[in-house]
Amino acid sequence: MRKDLKGLVIFFSLIFLFPLLVRNPYYIGVLVFWGIYSIITLGLTILMGYAGQISLGQAGFFAVGAYTSGILTTRFGLPPWLGILAGLGLSLLLSLFLALPSLKLKGHYLAMATLGFGEIVHVVLNAWVGVTGGPSGFGEIPALSFLGWKLDSEIRFFYFTWGWVFLFFLFSLSLLKSPYGRALRSLHAEERIPLSLGVNVYFYKVFAFLWAAFYASFAGSLYAHFMTFLSPSSFTLILSILLVLMIVVGGLGNLWGALLGAGILTFLPEILRTFEDFEMLIYGIFLILIMIFLPRGLVSLRRGKVATGD
Amino acid sequence: MVKRLLLLVMFSLVGCLIFGAEYRIGAVFAVTGPASWLGDPEKKTVEMLEEEINAQGGINGIPIRVIVEDTKGDETQTVNAVRKLITRDRVLAIIGPSRSGTTLAVIPIVEKYKVPLVSCAAAEAIVKPVKKWVFKTPQTDRFAVERIYQYMKKKGIKRIGIITGTTGFGAQGRKHLLALAPKYGIEVVADETYAPQDTDMTPQLLRIKAKNPQAIVNWSIVPGQAIVPRNMKELGMNIPLFQSHGFGNIKYVKAAGEAAEGIIFPAGRLLVADLLPDTHPQKKVLMEYKRKYESRYQEPVSTFGGHAYDAFWLIVNALKAVGPNRAKIRDYIENTKNFVGTGGIFNFSPEDHNGLDIEAFEMLTVKNGKFTLLGD
Amino acid sequence: MDWQNFLQLVLSGITIGSIYAFIGIGFNIIYNTTSIINFAQGEFVMLGGLILYSFHQTLHIPLIPAILLTLILVTLIGIGMERLTLHPVKNPTVLNMIIITIGCSIFLKGVALSIWGREVYHLPFFFPRPPFQIGGASITTQSLVVWIALILSSAFLYFFYRFTLLGKAMRACSVNPVAARLMGIKVKSLVTLSFALAAFLGGLAGVTITPISLMDYQRGSLLALKGFAAAVLGGLGKEFGAILAGMALGITESLVAGYISSGYKDAVSLLILLFILFVRPGGIMGSKEEISLREL
Repeated sequence: MRKDLKGLVIFFSLIFLFPLLVRNPYYIGVLVFWGIYSIITLGLTILMGYAGQISLGQAGFFAVGAYTSGILTTRFGLPPWLGILAGLGLSLLLSLFLALPSLKLKGHYLAMATLGFGEIVHVVLNAWVGVTGGPSGFGEIPALSFLGWKLDSEIRFFYFTWGWVFLFFLFSLSLLKSPYGRALRSLHAEERIPLSLGVNVYFYKVFAFLWAAFYASFAGSLYAHFMTFLSPSSFTLILSILLVLMIVVGGLGNLWGALLGAGILTFLPEILRTFEDFEMLIYGIFLILIMIFLPRGLVSLRRGKVATGD
Repeated sequence: MVKRLLLLVMFSLVGCLIFGAEYRIGAVFAVTGPASWLGDPEKKTVEMLEEEINAQGGINGIPIRVIVEDTKGDETQTVNAVRKLITRDRVLAIIGPSRSGTTLAVIPIVEKYKVPLVSCAAAEAIVKPVKKWVFKTPQTDRFAVERIYQYMKKKGIKRIGIITGTTGFGAQGRKHLLALAPKYGIEVVADETYAPQDTDMTPQLLRIKAKNPQAIVNWSIVPGQAIVPRNMKELGMNIPLFQSHGFGNIKYVKAAGEAAEGIIFPAGRLLVADLLPDTHPQKKVLMEYKRKYESRYQEPVSTFGGHAYDAFWLIVNALKAVGPNRAKIRDYIENTKNFVGTGGIFNFSPEDHNGLDIEAFEMLTVKNGKFTLLGD
Repeated sequence: MDWQNFLQLVLSGITIGSIYAFIGIGFNIIYNTTSIINFAQGEFVMLGGLILYSFHQTLHIPLIPAILLTLILVTLIGIGMERLTLHPVKNPTVLNMIIITIGCSIFLKGVALSIWGREVYHLPFFFPRPPFQIGGASITTQSLVVWIALILSSAFLYFFYRFTLLGKAMRACSVNPVAARLMGIKVKSLVTLSFALAAFLGGLAGVTITPISLMDYQRGSLLALKGFAAAVLGGLGKEFGAILAGMALGITESLVAGYISSGYKDAVSLLILLFILFVRPGGIMGSKEEISLREL
């Protein structure tokens, strides 16, 4: 834990220094996306790495958070905070609805159920033109205001986002250290043991699923207020798959791995600009190779376990 | 030591001024993706023109660089691309986007950052109400609808069915179709829509068929323009099909195959340039563009490349006149009069950021797999 | 009630339902020998369509040889996928397996994107005759091609499973792989064979449906989901359950598109999938799988 806190301080100091060194708003914006995706992956890694469940529908919760925030603020003029909370509420409801039955089924079935969910969300975004603007989406989503400070520039949003990443990271860390976290880890390894001890395995798994949805939804609301424009193409199955991929590549169940994975997801397209069309191919090969040779993810290359709560 | 350092700095600065100086113009086109038959000719056109200008020494001796971003026909990608061009590449002006939906998405951004945008998309909503920094070169969709209705009135067509895509362009077209029909004594008996990724419009066409219209109007770009005629043929619907001026690429005709015969649509004169009389004021510009493009790229011209051609020259002419200043370029474009382009003859003003009227359209049709003027 | 309309919608529902059936059968075949859900099943369909385009439209190879070449190539890709990615993994967990097939799915999508780009591709009908009219509804020749392909494939599989040694061995694997191995059945080779078969069927589906529905690089995922819905609805692992289920899904989808709204039609199959998973994972046919599906 101490190692983690030290790492946390170093890493986030570097992050907070970044905009002072690199002034170009475009690059600051790229790092904002890294922060937003990190929030999603932090949640997903708890679900996948600890509860050992797979969700291929996180883009769906990301979308629910984004669109709820966006629609409530543009169409109904509600203050952004209300929009974010509404998004969280809706996501939690949907995830409960999804998790309760699914977690009774084996891994494949949850995967397919979450895949189905993500796709249904995508279909609705495209088809419910009156509310969501359909395939063309909608824009002019107002900027967030934080304690009277209007977040309408890249640099302000940067600090706001990474502040939240910091908080979510800390929160996840303490969650994993708590009795709940330990229970989660025990059931990932072998379910029959905690079951025989009377642990309500099922309950813990549902809870983990809700967490992942919560994180994704919040990230979605941030995304909406940063982009100020939303269209269904940001919330595809491919994104859900890439998020899972990034958790796996970064390291299952490892919070630093989640950050690393989100970073790869954000920076690879920038680096590969000329080879953009090969991006997916590379992701695919990456994933397969990691699964075969490094099933514990890139983070396992570094000796010693960090932020797994061990 | 200090002297050497100073000399180094001086040389680098001068070097920057000489070698680094260039005029950067941004371009966002749907080069790949469902709207690639719009964006690809647009990209090819601006690249061809960029080379032409630089071969002549650039503008006032300074080379231009056109930075083309591929939007894949997607709104979010377009928003990102425009942001990138403005903040990272600091362009002087932007050509594009290719589609109405994507243009509408980026308007708030160019207005915020105060960068002139000359769009290659057609919806009237882009320039009405007028936005300070936004212009467009394609003819307005409302006039396209009126041109179609004018023709229908002449032919005694009174009952029509409309089928439109749910994209920005399609939705705007539908709005005009519904609003203007009464003016021409036309009744819209069926009003169906489809999503841009749909590959089968049979359910919608069946519903339209049931209402027995005399003609159908389809309004979309993307594959819909080819799928609707094919589905109609499969269902045995022989009534005339009218399309928007988004049909202006021969590839759509090829994709629709036999079903394309007889489709009627309004378009700029580029597609039938060789059929125009020599005295026509646009003929010289049209033929020259056609010749250069077709010999360079070995493929027929499309109206879309023409829109990019017009946008490019508007910006470049402004640059030549007022130099690298976004606000001045904007002012210059706004006051351009009598600009002979491929889309028509443009007359801009502070109230009119499109500069074309209904005369910019000819009615065309498809005969033997080729575009030709619609006879009376 | 407009019977003509209804009939038209049902007929196009049967056509698209056949594709779901093809994919569902593919899922079942692999599931039976490996207990894996192959997330890349839809990509075989996509590749079938795009590869045929390249052979027939770009290289101008005549139709029948082009189809044969396409099917052979897709089958080889399926075998390659199994040999290169699943075979080498020791002691795979369920999560591992899922991720590997997802990785293959992305990889194949990526390859398709690199080769064919984002364009939507179109193939002409195999038989360019005008559509047949039955009871006021029209059936295109290509729909007939799809139906006949499904019927022939099903017949082939039926005979294969019931009357050949290889087929019986595959069924033995699905019932009890350990016993099968003890009886001298080479389970590993059968796994490869199952991938080959699934890929072949997927490719066949892609080849026959592309002239009707067009094809692009990312069409595979949604098709796979719906095919999976067909497999589960029909009882996962029950080879022929997927056929009826696929038809049911296709017809339902078509009717929803025709009478309610075409925008939501994709959601129909997905909602049915979720419903089945939650309420009756054994599918309509209800099977012993239902028990093994449940976690402890």
